Amino acid sequence: MDQRLAELRDTAPAVPDRIPISLVVNGVEKRMEVAAWTTLLDLLRNTLDLPGTKKGCDHGQCGACTVLVDGRRINSCLTLAVMKDGCEVTTIEGLATGDVLHPMQQAFVDHDAYQCGYCTPGQICSAVGLISEGQARTREEIRDLMSGNICRCGAYPNIIAAIEGVLGGTAPAQAKEDPA
Amino acid sequence: MRDEPGFGPTTPGPVHDANPGPARLRGAAGDPVPHDSAAKHVSGEAVYTDDIPELPGTLHAYVLQSPRAHARILRLDVSAARRAPGVHAVLTAGDVPGAVDIGPVFPGDPVLAPELVEYVGQAVAAIAAETPGQARAAAALIEAEYEDLPAILTVDEALEAGSYVGPGLTMRLGESAAALAAAPRRLSGSFAMGGQDHFYLEGQIAYALPREDGDMLVHSSTQHPSEVQHLIAKVLGRPDAHVTVEVRRMGGGFGGKETQPALIACIAALLADATGRPVKYRMDRDDDMVMTGKRHDFQVRYEVGFDEEGRIQGIEMDLAARCGMSPDLSNAVVDRAMFHADNAYFLANATVTGLRCKTNTVSNTAFRGFGGPQGMVAIEYVVDEIARALGRDPLDVRRANLYGPGRDLTHYHQPVEDGPLLAALMDDLEASCAYRERRRAIDAFNAAHRVLKKGLALTPVKFGISFTATHMNQAGALVHLYQDGSIQLNHGGTEMGQGVHTKVAQLVATEFGVGLDRVRIMATSTGKVPNTSPTAASSGTDLNGAAALRAAREIRNRMTLFLAEHFAEPAESVAFRDGIVAVGGRTLAFAEACHLAYVNRIHLSAAGYYRTPKIWWDRTEARGRPFYYFACGAAATEVLVDTLTGEYRFLRADLLHDCGTSVNPAIDLGQVEGGYVQGLGWLSFEELWWDAHGRLRTHAPSTYKIPTGRDVPADFRVRLVANQPNREDVVHRSKAVGEPPLMLAISGYLALKDAVAAVGGHRFPVHLDAPATPERVLMACEAVRALGAAGPWAGP
Ligand code: FES
Ligand code: FES
Repeated sequence: MDQRLAELRDTAPAVPDRIPISLVVNGVEKRMEVAAWTTLLDLLRNTLDLPGTKKGCDHGQCGACTVLVDGRRINSCLTLAVMKDGCEVTTIEGLATGDVLHPMQQAFVDHDAYQCGYCTPGQICSAVGLISEGQARTREEIRDLMSGNICRCGAYPNIIAAIEGVLGGTAPAQAKEDPA
Repeated sequence: MRDEPGFGPTTPGPVHDANPGPARLRGAAGDPVPHDSAAKHVSGEAVYTDDIPELPGTLHAYVLQSPRAHARILRLDVSAARRAPGVHAVLTAGDVPGAVDIGPVFPGDPVLAPELVEYVGQAVAAIAAETPGQARAAAALIEAEYEDLPAILTVDEALEAGSYVGPGLTMRLGESAAALAAAPRRLSGSFAMGGQDHFYLEGQIAYALPREDGDMLVHSSTQHPSEVQHLIAKVLGRPDAHVTVEVRRMGGGFGGKETQPALIACIAALLADATGRPVKYRMDRDDDMVMTGKRHDFQVRYEVGFDEEGRIQGIEMDLAARCGMSPDLSNAVVDRAMFHADNAYFLANATVTGLRCKTNTVSNTAFRGFGGPQGMVAIEYVVDEIARALGRDPLDVRRANLYGPGRDLTHYHQPVEDGPLLAALMDDLEASCAYRERRRAIDAFNAAHRVLKKGLALTPVKFGISFTATHMNQAGALVHLYQDGSIQLNHGGTEMGQGVHTKVAQLVATEFGVGLDRVRIMATSTGKVPNTSPTAASSGTDLNGAAALRAAREIRNRMTLFLAEHFAEPAESVAFRDGIVAVGGRTLAFAEACHLAYVNRIHLSAAGYYRTPKIWWDRTEARGRPFYYFACGAAATEVLVDTLTGEYRFLRADLLHDCGTSVNPAIDLGQVEGGYVQGLGWLSFEELWWDAHGRLRTHAPSTYKIPTGRDVPADFRVRLVANQPNREDVVHRSKAVGEPPLMLAISGYLALKDAVAAVGGHRFPVHLDAPATPERVLMACEAVRALGAAGPWAGP
C-alpha cells in the first residue's frame, strides 16, 4: 500500500506552489498568486482583507460564508479560489452603493433580521442570490431555499419577512402540507 | 458607515414603526430602535474577534486533544513537534508558569492535562506556529502513550458508581411522603432529556497580544471578561492587573461563552507569553463541539400523587444531571433545575433532589436557561402524564395546579405573587389562539386520520431572575461626558446579539434627555470596568443598565447643582430633556451646558455600581429568596406527525411573553422568537450522541441538526404582554428576557407527546424522551400501539 502511494506520488504531476489567478471582487480586478488549496473564503478574509464574509463551520454546512460568484450564491469555504479564476465575486462589502445600502441590507435593518449578526452577511448574500435566481415566490419557497443559511440566534421570522419585503408584497398564505 | 456615531440612518420599517412622538428624541427607553450595530451587521463592517487585523508576526494555535475518555498519560514526547516547520512553541502542563487549574468556581479543569485525561477532546498540548496548518501538522508529530482507566460515560453508570462532582441537594416543602400515601391517585416513572450544543455561529476564539513588562491584552469572545482575565493571570502567574481582556461583540454566546472561553484565551496567552508574539487561537468547529461543554442532559425520576382533578397533592422528584469530568458551573445549573421543578405550579408537598453526576465526558456548562429548562420540562412532563392518566385535557390539569392566592409558596420557600399574572397569560392565550376550538378540530382530525395525527399543547413559563450565587448580582459602569456633549458608555455587560448595549445606551440617553446618537458604545474591557459578573442569567440589562443609570445620574446631579448655582435658579428648575437643558426660564443646548460645566471645573465622568436588593439564599437550609422576580410567558404549539415514519412538522405557534415595560420591544421580540426556536431545536431534533468510547460523533452541523428557517412553525404569532410593569424596581420597570422564552418551546415538545397520545386515543401513558427526534416519536407511537390503544394495527 505504502509503496503504491509512493509510486502515485512519484508519477503525479507536480503542483506548483502558487497559481496565478485573477478575480473581479466587488467590481475591482485583483490579480494574485494563490496556493492551490486556498479556499475562496480564506482568500477573501486573509489576503484581500474582506472580513465581512464569515467562517462559521468551514464545512459548507452553515452558510455564513455565502458570497455571490457570477451572481450565483456559493459557500466560499467549499470553493477553492483557483476554481473561480476569471469570475466575478460579490461579497457583503460590495453590495452597498457608497453610503446607500442595497435594498436587501436595508430590509434586514428594517425587519431586525439579526441578533448577533454573524450569519447576516451570508444571509444577505444568499437572499440576494435567491432573488436573482427567480425561484422563490412564496414564503414557503423562501423558507426552503434559504435553509442552507443557519441563524443560531433564530432570527428566521424576521429574515424571511425581510426577504419577502424585498420580493414585494406579502406572499400568499401557504397551504399547510402533510409532512408525509 | 463604521464612523457614524451610534446609529446609522434607517428607514422606518415594520418593526420600527412606533412613532417616538414630537416630545421625545429617537432612542429613548421604550423605543423599538434597531440594534446599535444594525448598519454594521448588514454591511459586513461589524468587527468580531477573528476580524481584528492581525499584527505582523502573529502565530496561530492548535491543541492536541486526548483521544481517550479516561487514561493516564504514560509518555508525551513533543520534541519532533518542536522541530517542525514554522513551530515557535509547544507547551504541555509542565510548561505552564502559573497554576494549571482553571476551574471557574471549583478546581477540576486543567488548562493542559497534567497526568490524567478525563474526556475525549481534553487539551493535552498546545502549539503555536506561523500558520494554522503548520500548527496542526506539528500536533500530529507529538507522541503520546496512554494507559486506559475505566470510564464512566452515562448518568446511569455514574449513579451506579456513586460518581459525583459535588454533593446532592434536596429542597423540601410540606410532607411529600405522607401526601403521596394519602393521595387518591399515584403515578411514577422516569424519562431522559438530552443536552444541546451551543453552536454560536462564531466559534470560540481568542487573540492574545503581549505588551510591555509582561502585560497581556487579550481579545476574547467571552461573556465573562473578568473571569477570563483572572484565569489568564493565574496561568501566567501574574496579578490580575497585568491582564486586560476586551470584547466588542460576540457572534452568539448562549451561555457557551461564560466559562468555556477561559481555556481558549489561557492557551493563547500562554503561547503568546512563551513566544513573545501575538497568538490567535481560533477553534475549528469540530474541535469546538468536541472540546467545549454543552447543556446538561438529565435523567428524571418521579413519583406523584394527585386527585381526580389532577391537582398535585404530593411529589418527589430526582433530577440527575450529567456534569462531565469537572464541576464547572454544574452545582448552580442543577440548583436552577431544581428551582424550576415547579414551573408555574404550586407543589404543596414536594421533595426535589438534584444529583450532579461525574462522567468521563466534556464538562457540561451554562446554556440559556442554565438548568431551568430541564427542571421545567420535568414537571411539565409529569403534569402531562397526570392528564393522560385521568383522560383530561392537559391544559385543565395545568390550570388546576397553577400558583394562586393561598397557593403561593415554592418548594424553596420563596413566595410567588405571579399566580394571577400566569392565569391571565394563560386565559389570554387560550382565547387568542382559539385553544378549545382547535382542540375539538384536532380531535376530529385525529379521529378521521389513521396515520397522520395532530397534537396541541399550551404551557406556561415562570422563570426566576437573578444569579443564584447572590454575590454575582452586582455590576459596574463608567460613563464619560465630554465637553462637546457626547457620551462614552462603558459597562460590564457583553454584547452577544441580545442587544444589551443598545438597551443600556437607551437608558443613559433617556437619563440625559438626549438622542441615542450622542451615546457612543464602547467595547467591554476589564480595564474600564473591573470585577464584573458574566453577562448571563438574563441579567445583562437589569444589572448593567442600573449601574450605567447610576453613573449617568451622578453626572446629571453634578450638572444640575452647578447650573442652578451658576444661574442662581432653584435646582428643581433644572431639567434635561429633548436635547436641551432648561434652567429656570433659560434653555441651553445640551452641548452648551456640558461645555459650561467643564470650564467651571465640574467633573463629568462617573462610575456607577449596582447590586440587586432583597435576594438571599441559604443553601444548607435550601430556603430563601434566590430570585428578585419572575419573568413569565405562555405558548401554544400545534404539530402534525406522520405516525408511520415519526416525521413531523410544527404547524403553528402562539407566544405571549412578559417583558414588563420593555426597554426595546423590537429587540425583546427578537429574543422571544429566537429563544423559542432554540428551545424547539433542543427538544426536537438537536441530538448529541457519544459512542461507547466516549467520543462525540455528532460534532458538526452535518450530523447535529440545528433548526433552519424551514423548521420554524409556518404560522408563528408572537406578542409581548402590554401594560405589565415589573413590580420590582428594575430599570424602566422592564423584565429580563434573554433566557425565559426558550422554555416557551416546551409546548412544542408536549404537542408532540400529545400527537403520540392521539395514537392511543389519549388513553395511554406516553413515554417520550427528549429530544423527540422522529426516531423517538416513531418508537413512542409504536409503544402506544403496542398497548393496544388503536386496536390491532391494520396498516395505513
Ligand atoms: S463556513 Fe462555509 S458553510 Fe459554514
Ligand atoms: S444573528 Fe446570530 S446567527 Fe444569525
